[in-house]
Amino acid sequence: MASNAKAVTDQSWTAEVLQSDKPVLVDFWAEWCGPCRKVAPVLDEIAASELGEKVQIVKLNIDENPNTARDYGIMSIPTLTVFKGGQAVQSVLGVQPKGTIVKMIESAL
Amino acid sequence: MSGDIRNVIVIGSGPSGYTAAVYAARANLNPLVIEGAQSGGALMTTTEVENFPGFPDGVMGPDLMDDLRKQAERFGAEFITDDATAVDLTGDVKTVSVGDTTYRARAVVVATGSAWKPLGVPGEQEYLGHGVSSCATCDGFFFRGQKIVVVGGGDSAMEEANFLTRFADDVTILHRRGEFRASKIMADRALANPKINVRWNSAVEEVLGEDGKVSGVRLSDTRTGEESTLDATGVFVAIGHHPRSELFRGQLDLDDNGYVLVDSPSSRTNVPGVFAAGDVVDHTYQQAITAAGTGCVAALDAERYLEGLSDDEEPLGAVWGPTSDEALKASAAEVGAPTTH
Repeated sequence: MASNAKAVTDQSWTAEVLQSDKPVLVDFWAEWCGPCRKVAPVLDEIAASELGEKVQIVKLNIDENPNTARDYGIMSIPTLTVFKGGQAVQSVLGVQPKGTIVKMIESAL
Repeated sequence: MSGDIRNVIVIGSGPSGYTAAVYAARANLNPLVIEGAQSGGALMTTTEVENFPGFPDGVMGPDLMDDLRKQAERFGAEFITDDATAVDLTGDVKTVSVGDTTYRARAVVVATGSAWKPLGVPGEQEYLGHGVSSCATCDGFFFRGQKIVVVGGGDSAMEEANFLTRFADDVTILHRRGEFRASKIMADRALANPKINVRWNSAVEEVLGEDGKVSGVRLSDTRTGEESTLDATGVFVAIGHHPRSELFRGQLDLDDNGYVLVDSPSSRTNVPGVFAAGDVVDHTYQQAITAAGTGCVAALDAERYLEGLSDDEEPLGAVWGPTSDEALKASAAEVGAPTTH
């Protein structure tokens, strides 16, 4: 169970995340990760809110896209990372309250 | 303002909170469940649960929690998937806040469970997410073919070690004592696993790292004090949990370790109208089924408490026997919108 966010892949990573005009929140997740299920609806809520206008929310399945996950040293999921201008600027690990995720995004914008 | 006072708020989810919600919902108490951001509790990070009665082939922890939640929802429970941030339990009307929104109810069930307990040694926080993990099912995948240590001697440590052998060929359990406190079936399974070694009487003193990642652990022998190091790229910490009761400190009586004290075998706390259940109370058994059992007790206690109130006030939502439209309407009227301040 994943969020309704757009899926990005190893192939589309550069174009859709690194070269994005807008800041991008990436949800690193996998099918087998129970806690990842809990993050998904929260991200959908944020995407539908005003904040969702300012940040593009995408998800990367680390099972299917191991290269990107390895390049960014992802060793724990769920991990949520905000990319701005091609750089990772803020990140949180594990399931966090919505308020924490919102603050993390806002501080990165 | 009384129109927006609910009958019961359940704080916490997991087997205990969801079972309380099922019972309260079936009693037409329209419970509001403040699930917490990490809803579903400890079972969300387990794989197969083999000892929950009624599942001869086992059941996946997250699936069991999804089903319990659906069961409560079917009878009218409402959910907020975020953390309760403040409570005032003292008066006849209790308040529970989630950020800026405050909810009010006549009865509260506390089922906040327990949180992962860190080792508290140097290097642990620094490398959390970079080799140090609290969740084998979340992070085991990243340690394929690597050398892993699991710290602990209980059922969680055994389960994590066994699970991790799916990915790693070399898993070492580090335990402070000379024997496990895990159940025999779990301990035997770990001891019989050819990919698992055990280092007895070994305490972790420090998590070592290199280039921002875990490289090993520094150990001391708990009998001789002799120090040694062990190479590993993954450190899974499974030394137990501590109760999530900080929010209630100063309002509910807690024991020295922070567990909520109840008037056992009931779920009554020292505050009338506040009931507690599950791992936030139970430092002994800590099983899904015992948490579910006490969650049921708490809902029944809350129902009885609300009935007691309704003896000298207008009737509350609890409806016994055949339900009439009038009774259902009366209980619906008790459920109002949250107040925002």
